Amino acid sequence: MSPVRRRGPGRIGVRAVQLGVPVALLAIWYLATTRWGVSRILLPNPVAVAQALGHVLATGEFVADLRVTLTELAIAFAISATSGIAVGYLVSRTSFRIRAFEPLLAAIYSVPLILFLPIYVLWFGLGPPSKIALGATISFFPVVLATVAGFGNVDRMMVTAARSMGASDLQLFRFVLLPAAFPVIIAGARLGFTVALLSIIGSETLASLAGLGHKIVELSEGMEMPRMFAYIAFVVAIAAILNIAVSRLEAWGRRP
Amino acid sequence: MGANDTAIRIRNVSHRFGEEGEARSVHALLDTSFDIAQGELLCLIGPSGCGKSTLLNVIGGLVAPTTGTVEVLGKKVAGPMPRDIAFVFQENALFPWNTVRENVDLGMRFQGVARAERAARAERALAAVGLSEFADHYPAQLSGGMRQRAALARALSLQTGILLMDEPFGALDEQTRMILGEDLSVLLAATRKTIVFVTHSLGEAVFLADRVAVFSARPGTIKKVIAVDEPHPRKPEFATSAKFTALRNELYALLHDEIRKTVSAEGARADQLGTLTPGALS
Repeated sequence: MSPVRRRGPGRIGVRAVQLGVPVALLAIWYLATTRWGVSRILLPNPVAVAQALGHVLATGEFVADLRVTLTELAIAFAISATSGIAVGYLVSRTSFRIRAFEPLLAAIYSVPLILFLPIYVLWFGLGPPSKIALGATISFFPVVLATVAGFGNVDRMMVTAARSMGASDLQLFRFVLLPAAFPVIIAGARLGFTVALLSIIGSETLASLAGLGHKIVELSEGMEMPRMFAYIAFVVAIAAILNIAVSRLEAWGRRP
Repeated sequence: MGANDTAIRIRNVSHRFGEEGEARSVHALLDTSFDIAQGELLCLIGPSGCGKSTLLNVIGGLVAPTTGTVEVLGKKVAGPMPRDIAFVFQENALFPWNTVRENVDLGMRFQGVARAERAARAERALAAVGLSEFADHYPAQLSGGMRQRAALARALSLQTGILLMDEPFGALDEQTRMILGEDLSVLLAATRKTIVFVTHSLGEAVFLADRVAVFSARPGTIKKVIAVDEPHPRKPEFATSAKFTALRNELYALLHDEIRKTVSAEGARADQLGTLTPGALS
């Protein structure tokens, strides 16, 4: 076989597998509910789910819950990004502070911080503030750790070169430290955004008054399985769109 | 030599890394005194760890000596003097997120040079090192030799009287190094700058220098100074002349014993201390 012909089917083969797996899963799902007698209370028919999703999208009934969740996400991420970058910069300024604080921050990050949810519900109530507090707490850590790494690992040679040419503190920050650290900080911020979304939707399913996570639990408790699955699909789509948007932003931020 | 002819006056300079008594404390430079004349090209050569780069950093105000003083153009050095002294480092001193032109521009910007003037000086400096066509490339798109040309252009654009070069061609292959050396000799003959040039290469030292200062093994100090009496710019033929070979051999003989001492001392130290940070000592 010629290399050209081998490369063609190879690429098509990868695409076929990537498309084939979800199609096969959908087919198994469909057969399970129609032929193999799986209870529709446990697993709704995919066609019914698609119809429910169409209904949810057509009526726009999701808007109120989506607004709650996205507002929580935006506020939580704004808090964690600004505080994470500010604290990270301050920690990165001396090697003493890096050695003292970096392991501490990493240790706290490794604790399952979702355990703060009951405390935050107690402090801030069942509404959005407790979700914002949890999302901000959890997403603070990837941002602050990336910021410490970004500012802390700037090549000494570049700092020396800038100093030798008479750079002031402000010029050193603007023209050397910031561009050197920026790609690392952006990567941390992206991770922070993802964990903020996860923790906010997760905490909405545990204790909340509104939001997409809340809606899914509400439908589950009401046994409205097709609509519940439709909402899950909707959340997956929203998460994918946000992820693509943030990746684009990251790629834009990393350009030379 | 009159006071006005001296560009750099080094007096009793010693430098120790770490505190006295600490296990890792290293005496890098010991009681060195030396005068460097205006417009002179002085090469510093010696075994690794002998303190030649440390001396360069002390002259440039990047490292404060433990004892002793350096005066540059009559002023005591207490920190970087960007209007009088420009550096060219071994490598990686260009900012990778800036193009060559932006890199050259930035040094002048740090010193508050007006925009139009910066653009004109950058053009001239890039033309002088033969990089005009690569002005809008990023450092990663250039070869090692071209990156060092760019670093040299940045230093030239600052229009300082003194240029300190820390093994600027140390990371390059022998052929590139030779060509850059020839170009540098032509370029610098025209500028009449005072230059201190640290190198490991005997040939490079003889080819470029007016005088070569040979360092002893650590703790380093200047052991002997050899004059190279040959007008600038040096011709490529100089590198194959009998005079060149004689000077190179003389340097080799001076260095050989010192390098032997360093190598055996390093073996002993490594056994005592474990690994040392090489960058801190070179």
